[in-house]
Amino acid sequence: MAFLDRAARTMFLSEILAGMSLTFRYMFRKKPTLNYPFEKGPLSPRFRGEHALRRYANGEERCIACKLCEAICPAQAITIEAEPRADGSRRTTRYDIDMVKCIYCGFCQEACPVDAIVEGPNFEYATESRAELLYNKEKLLQNGDRWEREIAANLTADAPYR
Amino acid sequence: MVSFWDGYLWPGIVIVAQCVALIVPLLIAVAYLTLFERKVMAAMMLRRGPNVVGAFGLLQPFADGLKFLVKETVIPAGANKVVFLIAPMLTFVLAMIAWAVIPVSAGVVLSDINVGVLYLFAISSLGVYGIIMAGWASNSRYAFLGALRSSAQMVSYEVSMGFIIITVLLCVGSLNMSKIVEAQRDLWFAIPLFPMFVIFFISTLAETNRHPFDLPEAESELVAGYQIEYSAFAFALFMLGEYANMILMSAFTAILFLGGWLPPLDIAPFNWIPGFVWFAIKIVILLFVFIWVRATLPRYRYDQLMRIGWKFFLPLSLLWVVLTASAIVAFGWYPSKA
Repeated sequence: MAFLDRAARTMFLSEILAGMSLTFRYMFRKKPTLNYPFEKGPLSPRFRGEHALRRYANGEERCIACKLCEAICPAQAITIEAEPRADGSRRTTRYDIDMVKCIYCGFCQEACPVDAIVEGPNFEYATESRAELLYNKEKLLQNGDRWEREIAANLTADAPYR
Repeated sequence: MVSFWDGYLWPGIVIVAQCVALIVPLLIAVAYLTLFERKVMAAMMLRRGPNVVGAFGLLQPFADGLKFLVKETVIPAGANKVVFLIAPMLTFVLAMIAWAVIPVSAGVVLSDINVGVLYLFAISSLGVYGIIMAGWASNSRYAFLGALRSSAQMVSYEVSMGFIIITVLLCVGSLNMSKIVEAQRDLWFAIPLFPMFVIFFISTLAETNRHPFDLPEAESELVAGYQIEYSAFAFALFMLGEYANMILMSAFTAILFLGGWLPPLDIAPFNWIPGFVWFAIKIVILLFVFIWVRATLPRYRYDQLMRIGWKFFLPLSLLWVVLTASAIVAFGWYPSKA
């Protein structure tokens, strides 16, 4: 009887028809696809995207060249050089991040005592050449100016958990 | 001079105009079939499908066509250049000329020949040549294996398709496509010959190298089969040929089993709609099933494909020919001579 059962199911294509009715029902389901460049998914305040160097409200850069980020960076992507300025404050003369080496672990942000280096919410910074991904201080400060509002909001949102 | 105009030139212009009137809509249909396929498959896989080029992605086929045109045609150094370039043209041309005998509506057909079915069957069998030439001329193992598989597959399934067509012809008594449609005015052949309808449809899947019988281009093992060395417009001609063949086979199925241009019921709201619209609707439904099957089923193994063709479809269609012939003789249901 098992043979007859199997033969009948093959002959009348019952399993193929069952599968086809399943795909037909799926055709009318809601699609989970995000229409990416036009729609974007939600990001956590802790999202670790493109780096930025922040400034104080008076425009002075936050970084004090303590080099803790350079020390903790597991990929050794950060290079810092520093000198005392004319007013006696210690500031960086060079702050480079090799975005190709970076593993986006967020340790630099954790290590920073003055919340200067942060990883912002931006993840759409693909470039056409590798050289464009070798960020210098100027580029990082620009990022800081550009994303300050979002970064500040994220830091406030995450503050209770740190 | 006048006789030249009346005898040759004017009829020639009319024929060319008729061909253009058939082929241009057909090519647009082919272009939109690719979009239709991508959209339907995407919906079944819970994706969106192309939706960026034009509203709802409606310009996507033209973007694809343009891409094919501007790309470089690569001819492999080891290839036989002449055969390599003739193969895609042959595939495309054969897919186009088969339409000469397809009646789009009552009396609307390029050439209403009395051996229409034979002509169509011969042309669709010739389609193998384009593929086997491409596979041989490419001078590549993948392409050659794909071509061998494809030709074996098409030849195998044509045998049972032939018997199924004989079954239909026994009920009609004519090889003329229009007469086949007219014979279904009272009852579509899909109803009395339902098993043959299903087998014929499955055979057309194999005949057009579509899923689940797309072994010639089995991506996982043959990369792209006989098309592997083709690029740019030569490749586009293969794709156009393949999709035009899909439409052709759907049209053939609609004529043989679904009453061609006839409305489902010959009553008021249905027979107001012109015949070619009904014909188009039937073709679209069959094409939807083509795509639906593709989205549902995995690819068959090669020996399974051959087993279905030779050990299942062939005996069954042969049996049905005998049954139909016996029934016609026993009950005197001879097709009328009209």
